[in-house]
Amino acid sequence: MDWARRRSVVDVALQDDAMISVAGTARAKVLDRLRLGDAAFRHLTRAAAVGVLLLLSGVIVALIDGSLPALRTFGFGFLVSTRWNPVTEKFGALAPIYGTLVTSFIAMLIAVPVGLMVAFFLTELCPQWLRRPIGIAIELLAGVPSIIYGIWGLFIFAPFLQETLQPLLISTFGGVPGIALLFSGPPYGIGMLTAGLILAIMVLPFVTSISRDVFEAVPAVLKEAAYGVGCTTWEVMRHVVLPYARVGVIGGIMLGLGRALGETMAVTFVIGNAHRVSASLLAPGTTISATIANEFTEAVGDLYTSALIALGLILFVITFIVLAAARYMLLRIERRIG
Amino acid sequence: MAARYAVRRRRNAVAMALSLAATLFGLGWLVLILGALLWHGFGGLSPAVFTQMTPPPGANGGLLNPIIGSLIITALAVAIGTPVGILAGTYMAEYGRHDRLTSVVRFINDILLSAPSIVVGLFIYEVMVAPMGHFSGWAGGVALAVIVIPVIVRTTEDMLTLVPDALREAATSIGLPRSMAITRICYRAARAGMVTGVLLAVARISGETAPLLFTSLNNQFWSSNLNAPMASLPVVIFQFALSPYKEWQSLAWTGALVITFAVLALSITARALVASRRQS
Repeated sequence: MDWARRRSVVDVALQDDAMISVAGTARAKVLDRLRLGDAAFRHLTRAAAVGVLLLLSGVIVALIDGSLPALRTFGFGFLVSTRWNPVTEKFGALAPIYGTLVTSFIAMLIAVPVGLMVAFFLTELCPQWLRRPIGIAIELLAGVPSIIYGIWGLFIFAPFLQETLQPLLISTFGGVPGIALLFSGPPYGIGMLTAGLILAIMVLPFVTSISRDVFEAVPAVLKEAAYGVGCTTWEVMRHVVLPYARVGVIGGIMLGLGRALGETMAVTFVIGNAHRVSASLLAPGTTISATIANEFTEAVGDLYTSALIALGLILFVITFIVLAAARYMLLRIERRIG
Repeated sequence: MAARYAVRRRRNAVAMALSLAATLFGLGWLVLILGALLWHGFGGLSPAVFTQMTPPPGANGGLLNPIIGSLIITALAVAIGTPVGILAGTYMAEYGRHDRLTSVVRFINDILLSAPSIVVGLFIYEVMVAPMGHFSGWAGGVALAVIVIPVIVRTTEDMLTLVPDALREAATSIGLPRSMAITRICYRAARAGMVTGVLLAVARISGETAPLLFTSLNNQFWSSNLNAPMASLPVVIFQFALSPYKEWQSLAWTGALVITFAVLALSITARALVASRRQS
């Protein structure tokens, strides 16, 4: 068979050597064992790779299986109802979904421009010797565990906002029709705005580090050409670097969004955990992840547990779509830079 | 002409000032958070924290059982996650570098890498806690392993891809079987990077709270029984910080300080490892 082909080069070269043929059978045995081990290792690694796929499918199957009772009971109404009453066992996911989207939106509204500006600073303005330390410091911000953001947000950031930013927003926009609605109600400190701001801090390093990487990958020739025709640094950034790196930047933003949507502990501390849809950003609300974290261990009854797992399923589907889009875009820019 | 140039110059100066401000803004949060941790947590730092059990409300105590619990659960997660992650990464970089399977696994792995950790908790609850009928340290370890795997897969694949093909060819030319070429040659060449991956994974999971909330739960008492609920530092911080008791809150701050500096030290070590590798 292809046994000859698979033999090691040494054997083929020494095929006719008398010494080898004497020890031939013993050698064949060793080679057999090696070949067996080789195939086993290959299949083991392949199984592990397939295992990663199974892991994801396992997550999806488990979530769907767990959420079936709730989805059967409430049907499509689960998505659009704001009721959340464990006593009468009536559950609707609209309030957590709304909270998740609003807090993530606030986070992106702040983190994207700031993150891009930091990346701009790091790639174009920062002195060479400072780049690495600042880059690492920003990335450490991503390394701080989310529970730390939570405890800091609850004890320091929320009281601070309650005394400064929130009264300021209320007095500034209180008289403006339309916007006033966003900042109505008393300044609680905790609430959707606070959660959004904390998420912004957490997402910032993601946007920054990916934007920096794609900015750095822009060919120097392009930038030099633009400088050559007399562009200012900002114009090079705005009209050359940014358009070139656009897809990658959007990928980085989506990655950050994925994190903001799924973030649990930091939000749980400061969101206030109120199941209601309120126009005011200062009002307490809830997010999908915060609801699960707060209520899961205390949930009594199968329907309650199932409703919470269904929330998890919704969160997973949303983040899956966002992350898949992010990866797709980053893949495209990788190919282009190649 | 000159006026227009002045406008452009001014716009440029404004943009630069803004970018500097944005950077200071970003760094400011790090300083503020670390500062707050030191301010509130440092006072409570004493030998008692590392030698005494968590106290009942209103009493003094330490964080010994959650610290040990965290170490056990983290070790378990690394022990389960590392081999699986390294093997999968090996397949992607060595055997199936241009496979369809590899590109699908890479895509899925990247999604797992940033999937919400609370969903992982729900998953393990469904497949382990519910069938077993009770919360356990095992479930916590497995939940964290699910988070460890994608990190290790990613770094292993990246690091093995960086190993020069000449090394593989040299190994093959002296008759080494493929598996030995990988385990004896490629792993050795990529060792620093792979260790970095494990360190990053440990840094990532040692602060994770959400997946532990309904897998390993919590335990007021000393327990090294993996079949029983087990205390962990992040969950205890969560519980203590939200409690109305002063002693518990101050312990939560101290725990937060310990955990943050452990995590930051780990990630700085990991970065230093990569950096020293790059320079040599």
